[in-house]
Amino acid sequence: MAKDPQTALLYGNEAIARGAWEAGVRVATGYPGTPSTEIIEAMAVLADRDDVYVEWSSNEKVALEVAIGASIAGVRAMACMKHVGVNVAADPLMSAAYMGVNGGLVLVTADDPGMHSSQNEQDNRWYGKFAHIPVLEPSDSAEALAFTAEAFELSEQFDTPVLLRSVTRISHARSLVQLGERQAPAPHPYVKDTAKYVIIPANARKLKPKVLERMDRLAGFAETSPLNRIDWPAGLPVGHRATRGFVTGGMSYSLVKEAFPDDPVLKLGMAYPVPANMLRDFASRVDRLYVVEELDPFWQAELRWLGLQPVGKEIFPAAGELSTTVVRMAVARHEGLAITGPAADSGAAEVAPRDAIADQAEPLPARPPVLCPGCPHRAAFYVLRKLRLTVTGDIGCYTLGVMPPLSSMDTTICMGASIGAAIGMRRALPPEQADKVVAVIGDSTFVHSGIAPLIDAAYNRTDVVVVIMDNLTTAMTGHQGNPASGMDARHQPAHQLSLEELVKACGVERLWVVDPNDLKAMETAMRAALVPAQGPAVVISRRLCALIDASLRGRDLVTVDLDACIACGICFRLGCPALAKNADGKPVVQPGLCVGCDQCVQVCPTGALASSRGGDRQ
Amino acid sequence: MSNSHRAGAPQGAGFILNNFVIASVGGQGGLLATRVIADVLVRTGAQVKTSEVHGMAQRGGSVMSFVRRGVGDFSPVIDPGTADALLGLELLETARALPFLRPGAVVIANTECVTPVPVITGQSKMPGDLAATIRKAAGRLVLVPAGEIAVRLGSGRVANVVCLGALAACSGIDQALWLDVVAAAVPPRTVDLNLKAFAEGVALAKP
Repeated sequence: MAKDPQTALLYGNEAIARGAWEAGVRVATGYPGTPSTEIIEAMAVLADRDDVYVEWSSNEKVALEVAIGASIAGVRAMACMKHVGVNVAADPLMSAAYMGVNGGLVLVTADDPGMHSSQNEQDNRWYGKFAHIPVLEPSDSAEALAFTAEAFELSEQFDTPVLLRSVTRISHARSLVQLGERQAPAPHPYVKDTAKYVIIPANARKLKPKVLERMDRLAGFAETSPLNRIDWPAGLPVGHRATRGFVTGGMSYSLVKEAFPDDPVLKLGMAYPVPANMLRDFASRVDRLYVVEELDPFWQAELRWLGLQPVGKEIFPAAGELSTTVVRMAVARHEGLAITGPAADSGAAEVAPRDAIADQAEPLPARPPVLCPGCPHRAAFYVLRKLRLTVTGDIGCYTLGVMPPLSSMDTTICMGASIGAAIGMRRALPPEQADKVVAVIGDSTFVHSGIAPLIDAAYNRTDVVVVIMDNLTTAMTGHQGNPASGMDARHQPAHQLSLEELVKACGVERLWVVDPNDLKAMETAMRAALVPAQGPAVVISRRLCALIDASLRGRDLVTVDLDACIACGICFRLGCPALAKNADGKPVVQPGLCVGCDQCVQVCPTGALASSRGGDRQ
Repeated sequence: MSNSHRAGAPQGAGFILNNFVIASVGGQGGLLATRVIADVLVRTGAQVKTSEVHGMAQRGGSVMSFVRRGVGDFSPVIDPGTADALLGLELLETARALPFLRPGAVVIANTECVTPVPVITGQSKMPGDLAATIRKAAGRLVLVPAGEIAVRLGSGRVANVVCLGALAACSGIDQALWLDVVAAAVPPRTVDLNLKAFAEGVALAKP
């Protein structure tokens, strides 16, 4: 939409896809996860079908393995995932670090400081140090594009996978970029090389010294690469010392530049390895040296290792996102300066944005995310709640089942953990409690990492009940395809995995498939599955996500007969945002929200709630 | 040119808005409004950054996004006390975003209120007069019955564009730019409806 057709206002994620495309990437893989999802979505739109192979992989480990295979075969390849996805892909990553590459290999990690949509805020720069691979970290969309292209060059130049680290405020922020043309580097020929690509111990022992020597060469490269630079203020002669200077990079760079536009900054575009001489030289030219970085004291530790004494996590928080105000205030306090500027004027200076919101005179009711009107998960959770079960949960929209009034989730650990956790609880609790333990897992999450634990339950004859909440899409991250939905990354028909056949093949003998919107059928299936037996039972609770279900396009389809209503409150136990409570404790259908799923009609004991669809629903 | 930050500083003689907060409930079109504001600012020839948080946007939660115009390096995130304008597509969310405003800021507020689930379930209560709270914090407040207007025009979905019209009228930026960007941002068969909605918003905000 910009004036110049060669510039565009792009999200960081779109810029990463564009950078990879311009660098001639031939294979791009990923598993959806906020804030990384739009990289593969953008690539699927950008790339011609014959030009780039794009896939949603069944999980992050597979995504990286596919990219490694493509790299070995000689083309440029990229795997994209959220920060915790790299944990799933860590096994092949550690091997790829020893093997090196043939075609350039880039792993994109999108971290989530502040945990906007994640279970932790792990700092994935450590994976660079851990795996002995370089890490690049852009500060805006223009750098996201340029650094992604540069990552492929570095990968081939130094025979190493390269980690490109983004964060939510890079991935989901837009800024202007210059668009370039697609390069078409010739594929490197594939040559069988078992000493490089078969990492049995004998080979790995020979590769390890090469890995260490490679990191030394990369540290030397970091000294002169334009990825790292010093912004020395124009008004300050180069030979003079500055009163303060900042070492920073990534998202924190823009915060420091906004808070202290006139102070020198050493920007680390290459987050690892760091340029030792450049850092020592910079430190010698400033009186006070600050390291500004979100999350862990990663660079601060590197500087200490060099014998420098920067101020870092002593004054900047190690949890959550930083902000311009937090950086400005921390330095001002440390130096005993008067606090000025808009933040001070507003009285908001002492606190981070979220605290400021919580701090208002009159507390405002929270608006947490909720299951959508018509969501089939709501019906399933209503039944689980009614049966007073202990529920091990998993990662997806259905994690919202933890919220009141459904309140039907006891644990959520990580992708795929529901089934293993249920096995453990079943084996540990006394029988009367163990019989109440149920695992719930979504369709995409089950394929991602729920299959192995289900096989474990069947193999060891653990009497665990697993509810697969199959809404036929990967809904939480925006309705991406998955193997069970039968749609690929380009929204084209793909092979559709039969969950029924898969579950049976795992060794499960007791299987029910129900539409959860038929609340009676759902309850009947759950009661049957909960009958103690040898080995696991599976209930596939299957109904299309309400957001993409064309049969739920109506509005305000439920009517309330206030005379018939006895204000029992049972309908409110569904926690549907389309049903508000009037002064008499009776339901009022909120305008524009009701989609006519009729779950509330089914739970109403007096018939006060009626569907205007008539009798064609059941 | 120094590459120091100049977002938030007045540009030229006129009163020009640089830092925009957009507050909405998931599914109300807050992200479309963010895109429109950003594209308009880009056409003024400025450096523009936006920031938003996805993931929960369709799940009926609070959605807040930022658009900033400036020079040099600056954060895409707006800090408390620094926003020049707040576009609130829902009254409670508008109130929630008030700490971001600088003194004298412009507030465009849809008068519609969507009851959050904790209030439905009785865990928390709606506060008293939200409009009065908002009026106290705003330098200039335009209350927009956007839902009613949108329904009268034929679709509740264009309520966000009615509010955008009101913001445009206060923005000091050429209306033609706004009209171009809105027309390009909405589905082709809804262009006429959206431009009508936009014009209603403009008319409401005219002094």
